[in-house]
Amino acid sequence: MKKFILAVLTALPMLAIAAGPSLDLDKANNDLSDKESLKRGFESYINYCLGCHQLKYQRYNRTFADLGISDEDGKANYMYTGEKVGDHITNTMPPKEAAKWFGSTPPDLTLEARFRSPDWIYTYLRSFYVDEKRPFGVNNKVFKDVGMPHVLQNLQGVRTMDEHGNLSEATGGSMTVEEYDNFARDLTNFLEYTGEPNKLERENMGYWVIGFLFILLFFSYLLKKEYWRDVH
Amino acid sequence: MSNAPVNNGRRRFLTAATSVVGGVGVVGVAVPFIGSWNPSARAKAAGAPVEVNVSKIEPGQLIRAEWRGKPVYVVRRTEEVLANLSAHDDELRDPNSEVPQQPVYATNAYRSIKPEYMVALGVCTHLGCAPTYHKGDFDQHVEGVKNGFFCPCHGSKFDMAGRVFQGVPAPTNLMVPDHSFPNDDTLLIGVAEGEA
Amino acid sequence: MFSNLMAWIEQRLPLMDAMNKHAVQYPAPKNFNFWYVFGILASVVLVNQLLTGVWLTMNYEPSGDGAFASVEYIMRDVDYGWLLRYMHSTGASAFFVVVYMHMFRGMMYGSYQKPRELLWLFGMLIFLVLMAEAFMGYLLPWGNMSYWGAQVIISIFGAIPVIGDDLTLWIRGDYVISGATLNRFFALHVIALPLVLVVLVFLHILALHEVGSNNPDGTSIKKPKGSVPPEEQSKFTFHEQYTKKYDIVDAIPFHPYYTVKDLVAVVIFLIVFCWVMFFAPEGGGYFIEAPNFEPANGLKTPEHIAPVWYFGPFYTILRIIPDKLLGAVGMFGAIIALFMLPWFDRGTVKSLRYRCTAHTVNLIQFAICFIILGILGTKAATPLNNLIGTIASFGYFGFFVALWVYSKNEKTKPVPERVTG
Repeated sequence: MKKFILAVLTALPMLAIAAGPSLDLDKANNDLSDKESLKRGFESYINYCLGCHQLKYQRYNRTFADLGISDEDGKANYMYTGEKVGDHITNTMPPKEAAKWFGSTPPDLTLEARFRSPDWIYTYLRSFYVDEKRPFGVNNKVFKDVGMPHVLQNLQGVRTMDEHGNLSEATGGSMTVEEYDNFARDLTNFLEYTGEPNKLERENMGYWVIGFLFILLFFSYLLKKEYWRDVH
Repeated sequence: MSNAPVNNGRRRFLTAATSVVGGVGVVGVAVPFIGSWNPSARAKAAGAPVEVNVSKIEPGQLIRAEWRGKPVYVVRRTEEVLANLSAHDDELRDPNSEVPQQPVYATNAYRSIKPEYMVALGVCTHLGCAPTYHKGDFDQHVEGVKNGFFCPCHGSKFDMAGRVFQGVPAPTNLMVPDHSFPNDDTLLIGVAEGEA
Repeated sequence: MFSNLMAWIEQRLPLMDAMNKHAVQYPAPKNFNFWYVFGILASVVLVNQLLTGVWLTMNYEPSGDGAFASVEYIMRDVDYGWLLRYMHSTGASAFFVVVYMHMFRGMMYGSYQKPRELLWLFGMLIFLVLMAEAFMGYLLPWGNMSYWGAQVIISIFGAIPVIGDDLTLWIRGDYVISGATLNRFFALHVIALPLVLVVLVFLHILALHEVGSNNPDGTSIKKPKGSVPPEEQSKFTFHEQYTKKYDIVDAIPFHPYYTVKDLVAVVIFLIVFCWVMFFAPEGGGYFIEAPNFEPANGLKTPEHIAPVWYFGPFYTILRIIPDKLLGAVGMFGAIIALFMLPWFDRGTVKSLRYRCTAHTVNLIQFAICFIILGILGTKAATPLNNLIGTIASFGYFGFFVALWVYSKNEKTKPVPERVTG
């Protein structure tokens, strides 16, 4: 029986290995409390992503409030199509035709950071490479045969993949590698924010609640000790 | 042989302290349950202030705006209407608008910010029907008053400042919602004068 | 005045008497250990699930078109909606944690043995209803994992010969899982099953108080009337229902002694619960799975479909058997074996403290196998995993067979007359 338990115990780490991620992702190291980064990410999102990808569960005014933008400034700088500030962040791309253009309808990205992970988004944005076999001439290392063109190519430039699957340095973009990484990080940060706008509030509340519970634990433990003096 | 053999001060104190802290906890737990009944972001977005362009309203014309699911009447009153407003004060229930059916900044003879524009909820204060605007032929309902509102449900009558006449079921004047004029052409319903 | 009113009520409905019978004068063995807190914790979680569940239905929209968006509406637009939702989703996992611990306690100390067989059966029914409740609740967010998880589990019923296909069609109410399925699951999840659950919990507690609580020694605290000298009887007052037939020893009233002790346990539990809820509500992807942040899509299977962790053990048993029907039989057999536990065990000594060493080893191997099966249930079905799963399944069923064999003529240690410690 002991041998059996031993065998099982040695097998357990193997399970853990089998569960590991199949692809190495770069760490995004984004900071949700960095409002300037979130604002830059928001602006980039509006300029580069919103044309195809909606944020249909996220409202403009909620985003403004959480990012420290007044409704007037938000309306002037982030809203171009005459919506109301209480509206969801949507576009007017017809889904059926979009599916024809790109092979599938560009997904809503409100929850993308929770569906994939911030690291995935960060790595994805930086992993496009030239592939003439694809309709838009690009492929992606973390999302094979993705239907999306590299809309940020003017910023990042182009990368190629060698026979070992490694990507070259990007060339011909308007940004340096570091600038583009920061750009991708801000965008990732913003998408992690839209995935769960309450995240910081949640964690903040957590400290208070758990702190309170320790006070309650202190008194209830003393109370238990006091009553149990009767029990012999 | 009792179930609580010792009942000393320490025991009482700890019971009380634990109960108080626990009570605070129960109140804390109640907060999300109670708080979630407040209007949601969706309800607030749907009930957001409404902008009305008033520059296009002809003198004497009424336009309806919708705010928080209710009709808001906006009437551009003529000089003649304004001049005759005080002529029938003795026939009204509350000529001086003492019942707070209007914001403080609209508590005046015209029940409005700008005398020219009447802004009121088109909801009869009796049972909530929408009063009809009678332009020039209101004297069929009140002798000597040319313009006013008549509620078709139970016959309540209001003048051109939304003030209720005596002898009708409606108890109070028409409600004037919070409103303001960010500029000369724009009426903003739902935002009080001086706010935002 | 007030006492008159109380007396008036008491004559018509003996509430105070019931209070005394079940709390203030209920004799509980004084030697309960750590393992005895999980019943109370399960009640706490049950109340949490009922309350937050009622509140979630206030904003949830049970329809194929609206369900997913309404969950995000709760998470974003409703004040504190995110908190109520996380309380409910974390509570679902917490429910199974405490119920599994509670069941293992019963196994360790023989709390299913005579005269507590019915108590055990009510408990097992609660477990069964709880699994149905969790399964149906898991479909409601209408994420892609909800959809495909339900697809897989409903398909299990297709293994039943002759009627299988018609049965799955009937359960779904459509040719695929659709809004029709969602709506019936919603109705069952929020109305029918909670009612059944509450009634069963009530019966579970009534049955417990009828036969009395077991304890880590398995020694009865009820001695034949007149067999114990007064100075050795418990010094506390107990309800006459318990004292008229027995002399009570080594017992303390449930209230205040166990209420204050359980309060400590509840607070410690809440600290752990809140830590998960506020800092890791996704439970590392096990409580809320990543594919569930994508709306249900009948044309796109998630890369890796796994049931929620608490179904893991039973799902693995289903999966390692390379036959659809036998797999389903194995899975339900694993649950039925637990139901039949009081009859697999032919021994008379309850607690593992005084049973043979083989029993302790058997219990430990059962627990390890159960955990391994659970882990495997959330992993991909590789040949290695299937091999380990097969071994662990033998361990799971082997527990019952071995118990049946060695409990007949078991070499036990002497059981003390009175509880220890």
